Amino acid sequence: MADKTLLHLEDLKLHFRTGKGAVRAVDGVTFDLGYQEAVVVLGESGCGKSSLAKAILRLLPRNVETYSGKVFLEGQDVMALTDEEFRHQVRWVRMSMVPQAAMNSLNPVLKVGNQVAEPMIVHSNMKKDEALAQAAKMFQNVGVPVDFLGRYAFELSGGMRQRAAIAMALVTLPRLIILDEPTSALDVLTQANIMNVLKRIKKELEVSYILITHDIATSSELANRVVVMYAGLIVEDSDAMNFFTKPLHPYSQMLMASVPRLRGDKEPEFITGQPPSLYNLQPGCRFADRCPSRFEKCDQDPPLVKVEERKVACWKYV
Amino acid sequence: MVLTQEKQEKAPAQAVSGKSDVLLSVKDLQVWFELKRFGVGHAGYVKAVDGVTFDLHQGEAIAVVGESGCGKSSLMKTILGLYQPTGGQVFFDGQQISSFNPKELHWYRSQVGYIQQDPYGALPPFMTVERILTEPLVINGIKDRNEINERIHKTLEEIKMFPVDDYLYKFPHMLSGGQQQRVVIARAMILEPKMIVADEPVSMLDASVRVEILRLLRGLQTTHNLAFIYITHDLSTVRYFSERIFVMYAGNLVEKAPVYNLLRNSRHPYTHALLAASSDPDARNAAVYRDVPPGEPPSLVHPPAGCRFHPRCAQFMDRLCNVQVPPDFEVETNHLAACWLYKPGEEQ
Repeated sequence: MADKTLLHLEDLKLHFRTGKGAVRAVDGVTFDLGYQEAVVVLGESGCGKSSLAKAILRLLPRNVETYSGKVFLEGQDVMALTDEEFRHQVRWVRMSMVPQAAMNSLNPVLKVGNQVAEPMIVHSNMKKDEALAQAAKMFQNVGVPVDFLGRYAFELSGGMRQRAAIAMALVTLPRLIILDEPTSALDVLTQANIMNVLKRIKKELEVSYILITHDIATSSELANRVVVMYAGLIVEDSDAMNFFTKPLHPYSQMLMASVPRLRGDKEPEFITGQPPSLYNLQPGCRFADRCPSRFEKCDQDPPLVKVEERKVACWKYV
Repeated sequence: MVLTQEKQEKAPAQAVSGKSDVLLSVKDLQVWFELKRFGVGHAGYVKAVDGVTFDLHQGEAIAVVGESGCGKSSLMKTILGLYQPTGGQVFFDGQQISSFNPKELHWYRSQVGYIQQDPYGALPPFMTVERILTEPLVINGIKDRNEINERIHKTLEEIKMFPVDDYLYKFPHMLSGGQQQRVVIARAMILEPKMIVADEPVSMLDASVRVEILRLLRGLQTTHNLAFIYITHDLSTVRYFSERIFVMYAGNLVEKAPVYNLLRNSRHPYTHALLAASSDPDARNAAVYRDVPPGEPPSLVHPPAGCRFHPRCAQFMDRLCNVQVPPDFEVETNHLAACWLYKPGEEQ
């Protein structure tokens, strides 16, 4: 593993077993993440982006059919660890997560401070008051008044709860935080505020982010790199600057064109059709049915090819 | 659909000349909810809507923009006749809706369509699309099976659910989010209302579907000459949709302006803040911090005296903003801002 790689995913797969057959939610995902880098995983709902987060953190539901591939964290093969080892050495120690709708994921009957301190007590064998002091430090970091430690979740506003959830992910000083739609339920001002906090933390605490979202405008607030997912696969992996000015994959282009803009007079376009069902996927490019530039080759699976420093899964670039 | 300068100039003219075509008129509306102590004692009021005044013309689309808890949903529900106003009046077509008897209310509700935020929650899971759309017709006295079928087909075609027969016998869970929202729109449209109230109609949908639904709504609005109230917190979708924007903060409308004016030349400090916090996709965003006013929206039980934005405002003027409530100042034709900065003679 190169020294600069924090997380390396190779052909990561996560299929679920259901009554109708296997759902191929994550179907062979490969990408690298560097230190202090923020990667945005973009995609429509149901494209497998939240499942990707679960696959990385090994937070698996019971109906898993296939869970395979390679996950290297700082050069260590974490897929080789047993569940118990993974829990003690990796999850919330070196990687943590801010779950979707984090504001509703706090325990209503525990004081917020105790919840934020809990990972320290479990993972670092800290005394409770030490852990609470650490939690207080994290609260300051994310901009929550320290006396909120003794409050319950319902006494906090949405933005404050979201910050508390971020503090909980930060408290063990992990290298990587996975943010699953961290601002989708929040108001514009609160959203901007949280994004400011995330930017500052990234610099000060030297963490990397995987930001999972469908909100392209907000994702650009944080992104160093953008990974676009479609129907369980990566279709484009590009640095942010190039992605936001000139996306390569037809799907990324249409996705970008669908963003309503506040400034500038470009009319947004929509993408006709629907993503394929993940039950019985046909061979060939999964976007082909909705793609305006489809041609014969698209009936075969497109490889992820390199175009300059970027990667794109489209026959147009082969 | 993007408002061009040319179109913009037409809108105010229509608004001035068309005094008679006012469909909905809201006058100094107050909606307060009483807080009880131990279920009996009085413990103050939540002033969700406190002094809102505006007119909506036939065929006009307005957007109400504000953060959660600013009272926009209470405003909407009062307009729909679901809440009784504490003070002030709402007139629809010249009649005061709070004085409606049940029969008149029945008529009123057939005139006003409502599009809910969460389509899945708004559709009964045990009814097929056909039954969902039949219900409002039957309730409003249309019992002829042929007519019912005809109207359902016509409406579903209008919202572009082709072929109609494929969808009629489906249950909501068999439809995608976008299709569910279309059914909600069809239900609001089927009685051919004069006015539609849409509460964040696209916030639960994917980006790619969002635009499609907004376009569909805008199309319906223009072809049927509907009055439209679009409630949202997302400023970026507003310009594709409405002629005027009302910005709401802590129960008050702080700025009322044509879309074009508001986006290019906003006046109220709160509107500035909202605009500054909304981003367009751009890789350069990652390098800068956004300006956000400090603090959080005030409690509506004890709102700050004077201007309710004053504790967070960068241009706060002592002994004015925290004492007197700012009235609406007309900064341009049809552009009103409730801020002391625009007091005549004190312009910047």
